[in-house]
Amino acid sequence: MPASKSDKQTSGQTDILMEGRGLERTFITGEVSVHALRGVDISLKRGELVVLLGHSGSGKSTLLNILGGLDRATAGTLHFDGHDLTHASDDELTRYRRRSVGFVFQFYNLVAGLTAKENVSLVTEIAKSPMKPEEALELVGLGNRVQHFPAQLSGGEQQRVAVARAIAKRPQILFCDEPTGALDSQTGIRVLEALDRVNRELSTTMLIITHNVGIGEIADRVLRMQDGLIIEETAPKRRLKPSEISW
Amino acid sequence: MKGLSPLDIKLLRDIWHMRGQAIAVGIIVACGVAIMVMALGTLSTLSASRDAYYERYRFADVFTSVRRAPESAAARLRAIDGVQTIETRIVRLVILRIPDVEEPANAQIVSLPDTGESILNRIVLFSGRYPETRSPDEIIISNAFAEANGLQTGDAIEAVMNGRLRALTIVGIGDSPEFIYALGPGSLMPDDRLFGIFWMRRQALEAAFDLDGAFNSVSLTVAPGTDTALVIDQVDDVLAPYGGTGAIDRSDQLSNAFVESEMNQLKTMARIIPAVFLAVSAVLIHSILNRLIQTERQQIGLFKAFGYSRREITWHYLKFAIAITAGGVLAGFALGFILQNLITQLYAETFRIPDLTWRIDSFALFASALAALGSAIAGSMSAALGAAKLSPAEAMQPAPPVNYHQGWLRYILQMRWLDEPTRLILRHLFRFPARTAANLFGIAAAVALLVSTLFSFDAIDTIMEQMFFRTNAHDAAITFFEGRNDTALSELSRLPGVMSAEGVRDIPASLEAGHRSERVGITGLPADAQLRRILSADGRYVDIPSTGIVLSSQLADMLHVTTGDLVTAHFLDATRPVVDLPVTAVVDEFVGTPAFMDLQTMNALLDQPPTISGAYLKLDPLAQAAFEESVIERPGIAGVSLRAAAIDSFEETLQETIYIMMSIYAVIGGAIAAGVVYNAARISLTERGRELASLRVLGFTHHEVGYILLGELALVALVGIPIGCIGGIALAHLIATAMATELYRIPVVVNPSTLGVAAMIVLFSSTIAALFVVRRVRSLDLIAVLKTRE
Repeated sequence: MPASKSDKQTSGQTDILMEGRGLERTFITGEVSVHALRGVDISLKRGELVVLLGHSGSGKSTLLNILGGLDRATAGTLHFDGHDLTHASDDELTRYRRRSVGFVFQFYNLVAGLTAKENVSLVTEIAKSPMKPEEALELVGLGNRVQHFPAQLSGGEQQRVAVARAIAKRPQILFCDEPTGALDSQTGIRVLEALDRVNRELSTTMLIITHNVGIGEIADRVLRMQDGLIIEETAPKRRLKPSEISW
Repeated sequence: MKGLSPLDIKLLRDIWHMRGQAIAVGIIVACGVAIMVMALGTLSTLSASRDAYYERYRFADVFTSVRRAPESAAARLRAIDGVQTIETRIVRLVILRIPDVEEPANAQIVSLPDTGESILNRIVLFSGRYPETRSPDEIIISNAFAEANGLQTGDAIEAVMNGRLRALTIVGIGDSPEFIYALGPGSLMPDDRLFGIFWMRRQALEAAFDLDGAFNSVSLTVAPGTDTALVIDQVDDVLAPYGGTGAIDRSDQLSNAFVESEMNQLKTMARIIPAVFLAVSAVLIHSILNRLIQTERQQIGLFKAFGYSRREITWHYLKFAIAITAGGVLAGFALGFILQNLITQLYAETFRIPDLTWRIDSFALFASALAALGSAIAGSMSAALGAAKLSPAEAMQPAPPVNYHQGWLRYILQMRWLDEPTRLILRHLFRFPARTAANLFGIAAAVALLVSTLFSFDAIDTIMEQMFFRTNAHDAAITFFEGRNDTALSELSRLPGVMSAEGVRDIPASLEAGHRSERVGITGLPADAQLRRILSADGRYVDIPSTGIVLSSQLADMLHVTTGDLVTAHFLDATRPVVDLPVTAVVDEFVGTPAFMDLQTMNALLDQPPTISGAYLKLDPLAQAAFEESVIERPGIAGVSLRAAAIDSFEETLQETIYIMMSIYAVIGGAIAAGVVYNAARISLTERGRELASLRVLGFTHHEVGYILLGELALVALVGIPIGCIGGIALAHLIATAMATELYRIPVVVNPSTLGVAAMIVLFSSTIAALFVVRRVRSLDLIAVLKTRE
């Protein structure tokens, strides 16, 4: 199983946390087969913040599903922290998600019946060495909203609860699928600030997928997808703070 | 699909999409309808066949017996105003000797006119012929007795008639409307092997029982429009000097009373039990429809924007409920026919009515369909109206997120040991109180239904325990032809195997209190009776007081009297004394409406020397065979009944009927629970599928997600089961009260094990239903939830 985050500095470990080679994914619906991924090579380094850009239909969500352990590639190999995920069973993928992965969804997906704090505890309870829910909420700037239910929070606040929920278990890697997609730019930036802070303070590896080119400027690296392939990789000269960007 | 409106096509698709839930509701509706069809259908079959039988074979209106009356008295009876047809007869009990049957068997022997057929209570002859007038040993025997003993025309059977053993030849096999339900002396259930009806020519009987030119039984019909009670009074007056024991009308005739009581049970069943099913189905339809409307909120807005009226929208959703219910009704008809056929066959064994065959009762179909559709509409109306009331603009907006609040529940939820999934379950339970209440109601109803039907086993155990062990400590009961003096008792005690003997005397009487009057048999027991005892309601033995009368609780209720009140007793015996007696105790008896008094006091009141009409015996188990051998040869003995045989026949008869009925109820009670749980789990899954899929994405296992989905229902079941037990006991009281007749009363005794069995059936069927739904957790689409908004 993937080592916990504290092992990160142990000697002998490579810099690469996740690596996919020749990833393909074909969806067959009736007589039509769609090649959503056509042989993607991707590697994510420890502590790195990567933005994956692409238009809808470019295959970025499919890639995220495979990297996040929600789906399996039709062909290719996938390794996480030295473990082979290519042929992992459902249970092994569940365990991978449970221990090592955090997710932030476009539509927050908070549990309506639980308060902000309880939504976070939902995940910390099943994690090995999580932070306190309050601490996680503090980190995303919601220290004063812990007892609120989702229906009592704004969209941006709900998304930050989702971020707190994702990071509270100290995942090695955080996948964010259009985390600002449902938000206006001002609230979106506050969410990005939360993510940026987590990345810097906890050195959590992060993959943010978005079609919003502007967000690329807060990343260490930007990948661009089109037609199921990564067609471009750039590294901004200087990683901007979220407050410095706009869209 | 041409010709269907788009809304109707949508309706069909909705039903198809929700077919699991539609089937669950349909099954519950079908059970309710089936029970109603079965009960009402059987009732009408029973009642139509019986009425036709009575009519065709001329069942009499009034019956009476007399010790010995000269034939000249018949003319005076015939002259009574309102008497249409009258027939005098000789009716006697005889003891039989059947090869290979160890227990003493009895027959009631009934006279036929010397020529031709009876005028009243005529025989339906299945095979053979009537006895020849000049052949004194020819008899017709009842069909059930012939079947049970494998007897055919031409066979011979030995009977002890007036102390003489006679070989009788069976020349015919038949039945009569007088003996649809044939009970032997001292038995509670028909035992066709040990009790039969024989018909014999009058001349032969007169000779055998020294009743030349006399009769001891009368049956008569009353002209339409005549007050039967007045006729009865006059009949009693005419026959009093000859030892008349008081005439009774049809409703008190034993066989007819049992048929009536069975019909009353069917009526009760048709009234109470389907109501439980239909109430549950109404609640389920309500919750399904509410959920459907929530899902289709935006569509409803759209329809309204297109110009569909409120009425059209309401009707659309009512049709959904009606369609599901209609399916259940049709299935219920089919199931009802099957059950009715099964029950009718069972009845045909017990109730000897010719052509008692299954037939369709259109009223039962109509009434059950109406009840089912009525409850469906009642259940769906508020949801359908709610849908129609939505304003289009508002409806087209996505539904606002469910707003949870920190209520008083927070104090519970703050308990540290609660994990988040459990907190979620609790909060969800209390966030939707109406739904929780509906599920609670469903589970409780299933348990209640089971308890209220399964308690019959406990009731029967209680009746058997009390009847055969606590109150009747004797091994054999002897009935004499007529009152005998004390020496009869000492003769009996000298028979081999008899360890002790106690005399008993039964006298028919009419008890009056205020304007109320009841015909009863008063039983005289010796002061220190050990072999027939009576119990108070709290289960303690009551001594027979030397003065006064002890009433069974039913009789006390019927007369509206209690301990300390006075009742006037008109003894229907030769001297016909009328005395006021204080009620000294009220006791618990399950069968009949008996009254008891001290034997010595009774004889003194009648101004007679010590007299008994029967005896209770305690036997040495090792010498029982010798006893049976010798007792049947004693003269003057009309009947012998053995407790062991009575217990066997009681159990045997019950096993056939009750066990089948109970298995039916167990299955359908389980069906209710399964339907409720399946439905609730499906609704929960639809509503929270996205939430649950998110949790799966976050790393929750199938089991953990299953726990969140079902934990709520498990809690509902845990709370619902005890509520259902309480409800079931209440329902049992209702059923027992509704089913109680003058013939018997059902004690409401519910053993903990019965509650346990009901709970187990509900838990088991709920678990199966829940597993069906939890399977679907595995197929939650984890990817879809990342992209779609609710």
